[in-house]
Amino acid sequence: MKIAVVVFPGSNCDIDLYEALHTVLDADVEYVSHKCEDMSDFDAVMLPGGFSYGDHLRCGAIARFSKVMPEIIKMAKAGKPVFGTCNGFQILTEAGLLPGALKQNNSLKFVCKTVPLRVENTKTPFTHQYQQGEVIKLPIAHADGSYFADEATLSKLEANGQVVFRYAGENPNGSLHDIAGICNKKGNVLGMMPHPERAVEALLGNEDGLRVFKSLLENGTVKMEES
Amino acid sequence: MAEMTPEEIKTKKPYLEWGLTQKEYDHICNELLHRLPNYTETGLFSVMWSEHCSYKKSKPVLRLFPTKNERVLQGPGEGAGIVDIGDGLAVVFKAESHNHPSAVEPYEGAATGVGGILRDIFSMGARPVASLDSLHFGELTDARTKYLVNGVVAGIGGYGNCMGIPTVGGEMTFDECYRGNCLVNAMSVGLMEQKDMQKGRAAGVGNAVIYVGAKTGRDGIHGATFASSDFSDEKETQRSAVQVGNPFMEKLLMEACLKLTHDHKDWLVGIQDMGAAGIASSSCEMASKADSGLVLELDRVPQRESEMSAYEIMLSESQERMLLCVHKGYEEKVIELFKDFDLEAVVIGRVTDDGQYLLKHHGQVVCDIPVKTLTDDVLEEPSQEKVPKRLLEAKEMSQWIPTVTDPKQTLLELLQRPTIASKEMFTQTYDSQVRTSTVLGPGSDAGVIRVRKTNKALAMTTDGNGRFIYLDPKIGGQMAVAEACANVISTGALPLAMTDCLNYGDPNDPEIYYELHHSVAGMAQACEIFDTPVISGNVSLYNETNGEAIYGTPMVGMVGLVEDVEHIIPSTVKNAGDALYLVGTKTKADFSGSEIQKMQTGKIFGALNELDLSNLNKVMKQLLTAMKNGLVTSSHDASEGGLGVCLAETLFNSELGAKVTLNLSSSEFFSETPGRFIVSVPQNKRTEFEKTLGTAQSFLGEVNSVPELVVTLTDAEFEVEVSEAQKLWEEAIPCLMKSKD
Repeated sequence: MKIAVVVFPGSNCDIDLYEALHTVLDADVEYVSHKCEDMSDFDAVMLPGGFSYGDHLRCGAIARFSKVMPEIIKMAKAGKPVFGTCNGFQILTEAGLLPGALKQNNSLKFVCKTVPLRVENTKTPFTHQYQQGEVIKLPIAHADGSYFADEATLSKLEANGQVVFRYAGENPNGSLHDIAGICNKKGNVLGMMPHPERAVEALLGNEDGLRVFKSLLENGTVKMEES
Repeated sequence: MAEMTPEEIKTKKPYLEWGLTQKEYDHICNELLHRLPNYTETGLFSVMWSEHCSYKKSKPVLRLFPTKNERVLQGPGEGAGIVDIGDGLAVVFKAESHNHPSAVEPYEGAATGVGGILRDIFSMGARPVASLDSLHFGELTDARTKYLVNGVVAGIGGYGNCMGIPTVGGEMTFDECYRGNCLVNAMSVGLMEQKDMQKGRAAGVGNAVIYVGAKTGRDGIHGATFASSDFSDEKETQRSAVQVGNPFMEKLLMEACLKLTHDHKDWLVGIQDMGAAGIASSSCEMASKADSGLVLELDRVPQRESEMSAYEIMLSESQERMLLCVHKGYEEKVIELFKDFDLEAVVIGRVTDDGQYLLKHHGQVVCDIPVKTLTDDVLEEPSQEKVPKRLLEAKEMSQWIPTVTDPKQTLLELLQRPTIASKEMFTQTYDSQVRTSTVLGPGSDAGVIRVRKTNKALAMTTDGNGRFIYLDPKIGGQMAVAEACANVISTGALPLAMTDCLNYGDPNDPEIYYELHHSVAGMAQACEIFDTPVISGNVSLYNETNGEAIYGTPMVGMVGLVEDVEHIIPSTVKNAGDALYLVGTKTKADFSGSEIQKMQTGKIFGALNELDLSNLNKVMKQLLTAMKNGLVTSSHDASEGGLGVCLAETLFNSELGAKVTLNLSSSEFFSETPGRFIVSVPQNKRTEFEKTLGTAQSFLGEVNSVPELVVTLTDAEFEVEVSEAQKLWEEAIPCLMKSKD
């Protein structure tokens, strides 16, 4: 499986995704510029955290217009795994690949800490190595991570099992339904605020995120059943 | 408004306002130029001869520092210092103060402080991998101080988080002396391959001078001279001297510059950050270092405001700009490279061989003076010094000893002192993990970053305690270096070298000059003994408000090397059953300037005990040997609040407890004798550990699974639940920040 890590101007967790895949898991991974207009070589794509375009206007709002976006949308529609963490999640919602939006944290401040999460859906290409209901710990690092959607959308997300990760302790940002990560209906597009790529090495004190990448590498074609 | 003519400058003396003295102006006219300088030239002299750029006051003192050893690849004089860490790699680091801007506009002041120091690192060809800070504020009792704290913390996070550089450590203290003049020092650490080393040089006739990055505006004009004068309530017009940062622009600039220095070294002659005094200082320093001259066409400088004068263009401190010297013929390639990052790069001039600094604007020569007059000919000012009266008086005083009747209560009160209490409320607004290399982050004795592709790691800390400098500059200076070494060693690293920010009051006051001189002398002595040369640094003088100076506060930024990541030692205990030891010098009555003295009396006073630096160095190296041999599972250095606070802190977040017996009285339990550690040792390593440390260790007790701290002292016994102590420690600062007082 060949994986792309997209680098937008202002991305800064691109190295973290790349190293998790390349160094820790020995995967076939490449950095891809936001200017890339042909992603047909890749089997999966990952959108990193950071501050694309300086978070100007709104987090992810400018990145969605970058040249690479139509290619990412094409991959999503083709059922290829598309993953976004933090700013990557924000970009996925801005691009309409995932519903809802990420608002500023309730505290109005950036928060960097490790929080407990419950894995709610293990049928995605990114989570099939976790146990349903398992509580893991992952770092968060964001100022705009409060998930918001209207009632109807939330009901659909819940009914379809599209809530993949939920905060299991104190809600760190005020997200509705304690949502930390969601997927599309097919399950091949996943966005989450926490950073699994920061939790892949014992040296750094946490390996709870490793199975997100192992899931992808070992059976990245798993899909949720169409409901 | 028409600029003053040279004659008008002579009679109206605007240079006095800009920081030049009459003597300096006369020297420029009569000895250097043999004519009257015009408006632009006078402005250039005033910034280039400011303390911030020329170190004219502090130079004689800075010469005391050792700056070399076999590992140092680059000492002071460039953007940042460089130290060899083996494997063809080097660590690059420097610290810088942004005190004055932060006191006026805390968010932007702190943010641009971070931005400036990052540029210093990547201008050397290194990628910044970690940031630290050292912050000193007034007591957290008034609304203005809280505003400053919130603004500074938000500025550091706002810039560093966006850049994607983890903030892994730092310090924050509170004392009344910093109320009108807070200290905001930022440190950045970078990594590079030694073959990528760059210098700020403009050499080779005909080579191009290229300006890259943000456009030039009117912000920050005379920032360097602003930083070289004190505050007073009558001067309310100083806001214009503060710059505004754009971390997104800087992120692009960093990536573009690193691409240039890594992939296209052959295009480049030199590169330098436009920091204090903007184009003026970067261009003439680059020319001066290479004994070159320059011709600059100021009309070509990208400008974001209309009708800027030559003076304004040269002195602007707009952020996120770099100056390059590029081999003739490669200009277009460089411009193209920056364009790929959506950045503007413009050829603004050429290198010449006549040593002249020639500036043209609107078709006219606006400056034509020898480069060296700006960089080398500054008049070093001999300074007067006088022993402060309080030091003479302190020698006569008997040592103050606190009365402690309820050590448990005293411990809990100390844990809530803002200087000791948890800073998590602030540090969790910094991204401390981005780049996924942070092994130990905020809250440990030193931040530790692993070095990818090797087995190594770097430990880093910032330490400064103005109280001890105030009580005894020389011993206080020694203590600052010793404390930084202790913090680095506590994580299992060998201290390599240091940077500093020297924050003091007005050096024209002989008592303040005495503090500067003797504290630097004390630091230099300690540097010699610990073999930690000073490879870069920064001086911030005139930290005064309405004539009241801060405590002289030299910040030490120390970097250490861990040879094997397996030997990184956390400050929190790990295993029930481990033995607890006190390592280090014998506890004495060190209460002058201590937190308990401040808490009980509301002030600090008394003489400091002499420090046995050689013994301290010996003990610390023994501890390091024990760590490298795998005998130590945790180590925490005792500082503010003494062993009492140290023991409590080493248990926090561990879900473990400890039962210890100390051969100390209740008051000695809180003494701040430097160079002591609480370490935990596995039972099966005890014999080897005791042998390694010899007489420098004493057994205290054991870590156990009951989360209580049970202490037996010579005159008291107490027990306290760790969770209760931790809660008070954690909630003290949030509580103060919320209160309306």
